[in-house]
Amino acid sequence: MVGIPSRHKSLVLLAGVIVLQILMLAVQIKRDSQGRLIRVWTVGAVSPFERAGSSGFGWFRDTWRRYFALQNTTKENEQLRRENDTLKLQISQLQGKASEAGRLAVLLNFRQAHGDVPMLGARVIGAGGGTASLTIQLDRGERDGIRKNMGVITPDGVVGKVVEAYPNAAQVLLLTDKESGVGAMLADSRIQSPVGGQGEPLLVMKYVPNDDEVNVGERVVTSGMDRIFPRDLPVGTVMEIKPGNPFKQIRIKPAANLERLEEVLVLLSLRPLETKTEAHPADARPSAPSASAPPPAAIR
Amino acid sequence: MKDAFDIRGESHIEVHKFRVGAIIIATLLALVIQASFPIHFAKAAVLDFPLMVTIYFGLSRRNPSTGLLLGMVIGLLRDSLSGPTVPLGLYGIAGTIIGYFASSIGARLDTEHPAARFALTAAFFVAHQGLIVATRRMLLAQPEPWFNMHLFIAALFNALVSVFVFLLLDRLRKN
Repeated sequence: MVGIPSRHKSLVLLAGVIVLQILMLAVQIKRDSQGRLIRVWTVGAVSPFERAGSSGFGWFRDTWRRYFALQNTTKENEQLRRENDTLKLQISQLQGKASEAGRLAVLLNFRQAHGDVPMLGARVIGAGGGTASLTIQLDRGERDGIRKNMGVITPDGVVGKVVEAYPNAAQVLLLTDKESGVGAMLADSRIQSPVGGQGEPLLVMKYVPNDDEVNVGERVVTSGMDRIFPRDLPVGTVMEIKPGNPFKQIRIKPAANLERLEEVLVLLSLRPLETKTEAHPADARPSAPSASAPPPAAIR
Repeated sequence: MKDAFDIRGESHIEVHKFRVGAIIIATLLALVIQASFPIHFAKAAVLDFPLMVTIYFGLSRRNPSTGLLLGMVIGLLRDSLSGPTVPLGLYGIAGTIIGYFASSIGARLDTEHPAARFALTAAFFVAHQGLIVATRRMLLAQPEPWFNMHLFIAALFNALVSVFVFLLLDRLRKN
């Protein structure tokens, strides 16, 4: 057997490890398997730390925002401030809890207003492992009834879709991710077209022909055609329109603040949903002619 | 640890040893911070703490084999945490290569000076992104731009933060 010189051993190891990972990539693509077991273990191991980290950062942020960041100390007020420091700290903690209660009340009101749609409140405990995908992690999972492909919203609008459900956690692909999309329509004209992410803060509406009239500031809502989200949930607002070939390039600001999500609602149904607020079903019309019909509007 | 020894038979560069569990704790902490920070501070999403940990331990331990294995493990953990749209191996391959080269460079150069750390982190950050884009384009057939101004700014920002993070990690070394 030919011995490998010691100085080349690490190079051989490097080559071996990379080839192994390339094979792993190939297997995942070929079999459409995503290494679920490894992901379940990793998420199971890391999510308790994420919960703790999320609480810790939340406390630190609230304290910083409401206490330290307000300290524009002047010499005249220094003594008075010092006396009030302890009280302020207590107030900041109470404010944090009050603001959380406020957010939860909004969620509860929204939930009660849509009593026919089963949904579950969940807390955001983590983001993705890097910038390669825009995902968040929720503190609820399969044990709470969450399943893959369920829609995720806030009272402000659509957030994304569950892409993986673990026993005690779930991963949500945000609407801004390049792989994301939602069946949508313009609220006023009822022109339908899927809206997708680009890996940037703004979304894009993909298949609106140049002939159709669209105005900046127009609201975009869900069309219900993706069979995930109920009709008329806010998706965003038209920010920019450019003529394109053959479709307009329409950029949309998401209605939900996807950069600051703390609590969300998961739509606990994989069946097509309709809300009480269903409006103008007869008015809805597809935007593109049949020859250039858009692909099925669904979050992938 | 000041008693330097020869790692490759050609130069005398100090190899650092760390307290028991330091690498595991630093890795876990980096992954948790990476997952938790952007929720509360959206702009912090550009920071890449797991990459900083890979580079730091590569540069400090100066053993290409352990460097590439650590890079692979951290990369695969990131893949696992990134959801099913990121296949296992995307960050893994990039982390493996960065871990190898960080260790190899660490074995040849003195990388203790903050300026050297700044420059190396910036270069490794760009290389890491380049490897991810290359993997996406060549192996996954996903078109991605090679370079943009955002990447350049992110590289500089990461390099700046890494100088302070590395100083913190220096405290985990055995005296």
